[in-house]
Amino acid sequence: MRAIASEARKLLSVRLWWILLIILVAYVGFTAALLAGLFGALGDQLASSPGAPQLPVETLPPIVYSTATAVGYVFPLILGALAVTSEFRYQTLTPTFLAQPRRGVVLAAKGLVLALAGAVFGIAGLAASVGLGAPLLALTGNATGLDDPDTWLLLARAVLAMALWALIGVGLGTLIPNQVGSIVVVLAFTQFVEPILRFGASIWDWTAEVGKFLPGAASDALVGSSIFTSSGTGTTAVQSLEWWQGGLVLLGYGAIVTVAGLATTWRRDVT
Amino acid sequence: MVSGGTTIEFRGITKTFGAVRAVDDLTFSVQPGQVTGFLGPNGAGKTTTLRMLLGLVRPTSGSATFGGVAYAQLPDPLRTVGTALEASSFHPGRSARNHLRVYAAAAGLPSSRVEFVLGVVGLLPYADRRVGGYSLGMRQRLGLASALLGDPAVLVLDEPTNGLDPEGIRWMRGFLRDRAAEGRTVLVSSHVLSEVQQSVDRVVIISRGRAVYEGDLDGLEASATVRADSAERARLASAIALTGAAVTTTDAGVIATGITTEEVGRLALDAGIALTLLTEERAGLEDVFLELVGGEAA
Repeated sequence: MRAIASEARKLLSVRLWWILLIILVAYVGFTAALLAGLFGALGDQLASSPGAPQLPVETLPPIVYSTATAVGYVFPLILGALAVTSEFRYQTLTPTFLAQPRRGVVLAAKGLVLALAGAVFGIAGLAASVGLGAPLLALTGNATGLDDPDTWLLLARAVLAMALWALIGVGLGTLIPNQVGSIVVVLAFTQFVEPILRFGASIWDWTAEVGKFLPGAASDALVGSSIFTSSGTGTTAVQSLEWWQGGLVLLGYGAIVTVAGLATTWRRDVT
Repeated sequence: MVSGGTTIEFRGITKTFGAVRAVDDLTFSVQPGQVTGFLGPNGAGKTTTLRMLLGLVRPTSGSATFGGVAYAQLPDPLRTVGTALEASSFHPGRSARNHLRVYAAAAGLPSSRVEFVLGVVGLLPYADRRVGGYSLGMRQRLGLASALLGDPAVLVLDEPTNGLDPEGIRWMRGFLRDRAAEGRTVLVSSHVLSEVQQSVDRVVIISRGRAVYEGDLDGLEASATVRADSAERARLASAIALTGAAVTTTDAGVIATGITTEEVGRLALDAGIALTLLTEERAGLEDVFLELVGGEAA
């Protein structure tokens, strides 16, 4: 309990968390509003032109709302990674381990606090995507889906996904304690490497079978919707994972990087 | 007064980094009620030794304990041992008050302790400023405040006078003496003997990872140098040399170690040599220290 209270104070006493939160809300809100406005207004025209990618009307609200995770997942990931790398960078591991010499306890507390913070990021991101997306959908004469319990389940799964991404961030920070290195890896992988891999993987059936286990794909499977899975690249017959499988795959990624970090950098001498 | 008192014990503690033996088979103990100076030039292995004591660095062999208990096994480490290592272990974006609250929370200490220690080190007026804007002296005080958080029976301070102005150094001296007088165990490292000279009861001097002296300062001073001169400088030098003391003849007189001024005076009287100069070298302590640690620049 003490370790958890300490980690929570650490997180809340530095400006980083609310700066990331503001950017997340602005970025997700903008994307959700753009999608809702664009597809909401163009929906009729798209339906009447046979060559255009088709979006069934009932998938529009989930796509708009899930922008909170589809474009927002990188924020809890960075928050989690920085929570660990800043301890290495500013040598605060020394006072941290002096106050709690059982290092595993420190990392467990950090993981728990960051998972909670990730969930809060998820709620904030959804507030932005639903808060801007739903009125715009209604305004353009579309269903908002807010009367459908499935929509609310999707929102709950999105919160869980954001918590898991923060956890993966903690593990990643432990594995790559260099702050700049960690951020570069996060941004390069999430913004560049994985989108290309997912796109490439979707070309053949056998690569799609592998590609659905990529972290971003697993996250989209957990949430149940994403602008990426719905944007017409699905030329193969391979189904994405079930939502619970996606969740387990994400958790697995978190566990692998955390255990790897715990066994290497976290055990090292603190000099 | 602190009841009981905790003795720090190093038993054959050794740390090798690759082929380098940074700390080589150190054995000594630090008693409660005293200020013990842990001296040696930079790179002698002081910080590594302290970090092994605190469970931050794993010893290659040997052990370091507080009354027989390793740091990691202490039930309530911050309430037993207060530590201030280098003055850089702060997140620059966090205020001093929040920094202390983070670790008070980890040790289950009330925030009233945070306010108390901020007052002790005189940081209350600046407590809500981000540490990134602190001077080195203020960081030293914040480090000391962290060490005092748990009202510990043992204080381990690494170079606490670094970056302090003369007034701060004087304040630190009084502070260390007072803690020891309360029955606490105080271990202070420094690479400058003169900075701790007036506050320590005992010293442990290490060089290249090995202990070269352990005892009180008087013991060190016994081997301080004596400077004497006479019109018959050569006779004086050979007379002193006969006692077995080490003698160097210079243009400024005869310099001898291993002999007191009183002994030189008596010897000159007996030999009928008229002395023109007889003095104990006040810099002797520092010279002895430098000689012990192998003449490396302090």
